[in-house]
Amino acid sequence: MKTADPREIFQQEAQDLLVQLEQALLDLEHAPDDSALIDTAFRALHTIKGSGSMFGFEAVAAFTHHVETAFDKVRQGTIVPNRELIMVTLHARDHMRQLIEAPESADTAAGEAILAQLQRAMEGGAPQAAAAPAAAKVVVDATWRVRIRFPRDVMATGTNPLLLLDELRALGRATVTPLVDDIPPLDVIDPTACHIGWDIVLTTAQPSTAIEDVFLFVRDEMTLEVEAVDAVVPAARLGEILTERGDVTAGAVQAALEQQKPVGELLVKDGATSPDKVNAALAEQQHARREAAPAAPGAAAKANANSSVRVPAERLGELMDRVGELVIAQSRLRQIATTSADQQVKSVAEEIERLVLELRDTTMGIRMVPIGSLFGRFRRVVHDLSRDLGKEVALTMEGEETELDKTVIEQLNDPLVHLIRNAIDHGLEDPDGRAAAGKPQQGHIKLSARHAGMEVLITIEDDGRGMNRERIRERAEERGLIAKGATIGDSELLGMIFQPGFSTAAAVTSLSGRGVGMDVVKRTIEGLRGAINLSSTPGHGSEVTLRLPLTLAIIDGLLVRVGSGRYVLPLGSVEECVELSREEDARSRGRSFLNIRGDLVPYLRLRELFACKTPADPYQKVVIVSSGDLKVGLVVDQVIGDHQTVIKSLSKLHADVEMLSGATILGDGAVALILDIPHLVAFGQVREENQRAAG
Amino acid sequence: MAKTILTVDDSASMRQMIKLTLTGAGYDVTEANDGTQGLATARGKAFDMVLTDLNMPGMDGVSMIKEIRKLATYTGVPIVMLTTESDAERKAQAKSAGATGWITKPFQPEQLLSVTKKVLGQ
Repeated sequence: MKTADPREIFQQEAQDLLVQLEQALLDLEHAPDDSALIDTAFRALHTIKGSGSMFGFEAVAAFTHHVETAFDKVRQGTIVPNRELIMVTLHARDHMRQLIEAPESADTAAGEAILAQLQRAMEGGAPQAAAAPAAAKVVVDATWRVRIRFPRDVMATGTNPLLLLDELRALGRATVTPLVDDIPPLDVIDPTACHIGWDIVLTTAQPSTAIEDVFLFVRDEMTLEVEAVDAVVPAARLGEILTERGDVTAGAVQAALEQQKPVGELLVKDGATSPDKVNAALAEQQHARREAAPAAPGAAAKANANSSVRVPAERLGELMDRVGELVIAQSRLRQIATTSADQQVKSVAEEIERLVLELRDTTMGIRMVPIGSLFGRFRRVVHDLSRDLGKEVALTMEGEETELDKTVIEQLNDPLVHLIRNAIDHGLEDPDGRAAAGKPQQGHIKLSARHAGMEVLITIEDDGRGMNRERIRERAEERGLIAKGATIGDSELLGMIFQPGFSTAAAVTSLSGRGVGMDVVKRTIEGLRGAINLSSTPGHGSEVTLRLPLTLAIIDGLLVRVGSGRYVLPLGSVEECVELSREEDARSRGRSFLNIRGDLVPYLRLRELFACKTPADPYQKVVIVSSGDLKVGLVVDQVIGDHQTVIKSLSKLHADVEMLSGATILGDGAVALILDIPHLVAFGQVREENQRAAG
Repeated sequence: MAKTILTVDDSASMRQMIKLTLTGAGYDVTEANDGTQGLATARGKAFDMVLTDLNMPGMDGVSMIKEIRKLATYTGVPIVMLTTESDAERKAQAKSAGATGWITKPFQPEQLLSVTKKVLGQ
């Protein structure tokens, strides 16, 4: 093991600080009074200056000193962080990055210029400070204890208690505990009656009348108690809470305490209260602890709170490889254990299987990073682009907490930057154009990520003019990509923009329109075993969806046999397996689709595709796989079962075999090939269309 | 699927106003001009919500609510009444007949929408 150079550590640390600084600056633009943000920015500058001079980055330290001075004044309130100051500081941040990454090649003149601008910005910021920022409206959160009991027949008269609870929860931060003591035994229960009561601890800025308003229509029939919890005391004892809630007498608590066991348990045993009431009080205790925890000022501070260990990426990669080998070895062990008569071997093998799977999941978990770390970078991209192009753009993000393999995230940066640029440059109209189209002046870009099975979906939406289908068709015809006047599906037409060198932009701007990029985007996404989809409504905007696998290293697969070869299908794309009856088999000969329960599904006979010579099994199976919205049936000889697969990439020699995406080693040491489902599905669909056209 | 709403009122202008407001918000609205017609319409089809006036000729709102609540398909379906400030007694009657909530006349379209969304949980 090599000892890391402190200089390198500083460089890494400084990168993180610069990211925090950037985020804080961008947030400050919208919330110039937020002292937490100002503190974050100041702290980052301060640390960079201090550590910089310690580790021999004198230029960084000297430069940062001036920026720090400016932010010290901001912190003391003598100058306000206006747009100009934030802009200059962002430039300064970029310069600091250069100084840290490549101290030798940094441009000192540029640095001086930035400092001069900074000086001017500080002078500009001072007079405005006189017009002191309006006193921030202070809304104080209060915590309420809400107890509700509905009449039994509440649901029959059209009131849904769950909707009311949702409405209540929307008011603030709530902890809801159901009281289930009154639910009768199953044999006498009336399922249409409401037997449950609820205790809710709600922390909200709304007045208590807002709570009562939620129950407006049932107020007269129900029991509703709303009571203020005076102060959130994080350390309040369970006994104290129960007494305050009036559920137990202080004497009973004292008696229970003297027995030195969990108070709640004892109180219930003594018959002083019910388990429900204790649960509700415990929930209140936890709610109070959560509320008392210091509120995180901004996302950057939140990240700080998670203590972490920095590990070089390659070491993680090695660990993943080892786990991969272990998974393979373990599946060999399992195979031996199944055929062994030795009970001890069997039990050890089972134990190891469980451990290996847990180890695999943990290791994969280490590689998982919330996509927010990537999304965060785009705020700057959008900020700069909107300024350069004279367009007003609001960026919203959703699902930043969605986790994805780090290697996938790293490779997503460039394609996403490209797509965002396209959306802003081509998609969004300029302010006048938007006004003419009756849209708000500010354009809107939405980035969102979410899990869907073993995949992550990332969408980039804009509310711009949408893609011009006529222009795309014109260009495609000009370039001979489609025949003149040929009928072509909408998604296929939109897909033309992924052709190398394709551009419909009338004028080439400095950013986009040179037609390089979209094909690269598509290639990168496909290289990650992902897929890309487009949709667009003229006048309303476009949406690009990227579907990506959660991880590149390991997949859960379905092992099948075709002839004498074994193949793995990624389980995430398998829809179902059905038996191919002899009649259906005979009927489908010479046709391009199978009738699966009334649905026509194009199919591929893998035996034919792989030119198998061995006799076919008498009962063939069909595995229905899907990619996007398309389905294809794959006819195989045998479905062996599920299989944990560590993906080994194919050699360069096989890199252009489109039907296969990799290989894996089976428990008995044999190699199985992994089928590339998107390509097979596309192949199946195209073949079906061709046959239909021919027939 | 758009949520379906049955509106029962003897005043054509009131029905028109309700219909415009709710269809504008994407609901599917069916009209009936008194309790008898309202009940018959409700028997023929299960609506997602019923919105009814109380004071109507023929079968009034309270009786209609009582009858509708007897239909098995209307257990748990919200029934909202249109009532006036001065009519506290009738409001209580309708409530015990099984009405879910109320809107006090005169009301603004926004109030109608917010109550509709509230009882439908949207």
